[in-house]
Amino acid sequence: MAVSVEISHVQKQFRKHIVLQDISLTVEKGKIFGMIGPSGCGKTTLIKVMVGMLKADQGQVTVLGKPVPQFDLIEKIGYMAQSDALYTDLTGNENLQFFAKLYHLSKKQRAEKIAYAAEVVQLKDDLKRKVQDYSGGMKRRLSLAIALIQNPEILILDEPTVGIDPALKKMIWMELERLRDKEQKTIFITTHVMDEAEKCDELALMREGKILTQGTPKKLKTAFDADNFDDVFLKAGGYQA
Amino acid sequence: MRFFALVTRIMQQMFRDKRAMALLFLAPLLVLTLMYFIFHSDEVDTTLGVVGLDEKVVTLIEHGDINVKKYDHLSQQQALDDKLDGWLKVENGKVLLTLQNDQPSRAKALQLKLKQALSGQQQAAMQISVDYVYGDEDTALFDVISPILVSFFVFFFVFLIAGIALLKERTTGTLERLLSTPIRRFEVVFGYVVGYGIFAIIQTLLVIFYAVKVLDVVLVGSIWHVLIINICLAFVALSLGILLSSFASSEFQMVQFIPLVIIPQIFFTGIFPMDGMADWLVNIGKIMPLYYASDAMTGIMYKGYQLNEIVSDLGVLLGFACVFIVFNILSLKKYRTL
Ligand SMILES: Nc1ncnc2c1ncn2[C@@H]1O[C@H](COP(=O)(O)OP(=O)(O)O)[C@@H](O)[C@H]1O
Ligand SMILES: [Mg+2]
Repeated sequence: MAVSVEISHVQKQFRKHIVLQDISLTVEKGKIFGMIGPSGCGKTTLIKVMVGMLKADQGQVTVLGKPVPQFDLIEKIGYMAQSDALYTDLTGNENLQFFAKLYHLSKKQRAEKIAYAAEVVQLKDDLKRKVQDYSGGMKRRLSLAIALIQNPEILILDEPTVGIDPALKKMIWMELERLRDKEQKTIFITTHVMDEAEKCDELALMREGKILTQGTPKKLKTAFDADNFDDVFLKAGGYQA
Repeated sequence: MRFFALVTRIMQQMFRDKRAMALLFLAPLLVLTLMYFIFHSDEVDTTLGVVGLDEKVVTLIEHGDINVKKYDHLSQQQALDDKLDGWLKVENGKVLLTLQNDQPSRAKALQLKLKQALSGQQQAAMQISVDYVYGDEDTALFDVISPILVSFFVFFFVFLIAGIALLKERTTGTLERLLSTPIRRFEVVFGYVVGYGIFAIIQTLLVIFYAVKVLDVVLVGSIWHVLIINICLAFVALSLGILLSSFASSEFQMVQFIPLVIIPQIFFTGIFPMDGMADWLVNIGKIMPLYYASDAMTGIMYKGYQLNEIVSDLGVLLGFACVFIVFNILSLKKYRTL
């Protein structure tokens, strides 16, 4: 069992406001790890600490055995931000080209990767359009395509399926599962949608900067004697279902 | 490679932003033209009297678009009656230029035309001393302020366009996203400086050629030196705009920097006389990039200085740009600790 991401006792505060409190978790290689929690609980902050965009006040993050931040780790992480950071005055293709160039891909590799990523998110026919004409869901998909572009070992996706219709959501999950099974990719995903919890191999429930509980979906449901994750969440948080 | 990716992207974006392109390239020409007509309402047709001057020199002067009237003797009264703008008199081997100077613009124009007509060596050999019938040499007009205006426009528009472009990257999160890729912080800053720098250089070329070739602004020195000065200044404006964009959270806040950062610089450019200023005030001027740019520009365009006479100004401008660039690289740590 290889470990991809190891977070130990991470603490982060913005001024007096403690956003992450003693967070520890392990993400195994070739697994989909889900981080579930209501909005504002600190998921995005944790991801930024993992990617190296924020520095933890305390604790350690190691990715593939090395402490973050490091440039060769950045290359190995495909990151999809919660808010779509796209160049809206450029076309989808130009956005993909730009990010692909940042990863030292040859022209041929770029064409292949862009074709692949666009296929996964079903944006092939819209690549020539300007991003400002995209719908919210299309922008989300383009962000995901950008995260896939350098064929990263680890995917860190911040609420990737928000605003995406159910059919496409299913397709994206199938692709994530394929990446896990066939290519041994590690995927860390955050969501506040409970029905996505079921699909993860490992789950952590988070609230107000603390991890309430973690384990496989099955284990969590039996432990809290619940049928669905809404109930698991409520019980883990100390409320009565 | 990453750096070029960034430069390419900036150029793609700029070419699509017609409004920014117009602001950058057309607005300075428009304002400059307006200023030209305000300060320069009639074409100056100058007449010079000469007494006992070498025939060869007279021909040179005539070629310099100056009407020449030759006299054997000339009294001041007669010169004024003949409405001469000035007269050259050779006395004891020395040359004295007397300027009527009732309209400073005419006197200045005559003096400049003379300077342009005669080569540097001739001027040195002739040892021309200048006398004024009315007033003295402290006279402002479009020819004097236009070098300053040219620099001002370069500074102003480059500052604004680069600042707002970067601000947009900050607020839409693309800058943060960019820094989540392996690109180095210095690559980001140099990418922006070069990407927008290309447009700044095009703008500078356009403004200067327009001012000199179309508006016929006086240019005694070399146009290439003028370009060098303004390209240095554009880099200062660019790096300062990028830096200050991190202290703004909307385009409007970026515009609020104008009265704070741009306007005060005007007072130290020399458009307003600095002789009477208190020492501490003059020292404040010395932290302002436009002070050095104006000094160099008036030197080259109006006084006909050579490059070596303005290197210190250029050095200071480049120094400003370097400092701002370093601050920019450091300030990006806000988005990525590495
Ligand atoms: N840069 C910041 N400065 C101050 N507070 C912040 C900053 N970023 C996030 N926060 C606060 O941290 C908390 C967690 O935010 P976030 O990690 O975005 O939550 P989530 O992604 O789970 O919705 C929120 O209360 C938010 O207001
Ligand atoms: Mg979030």
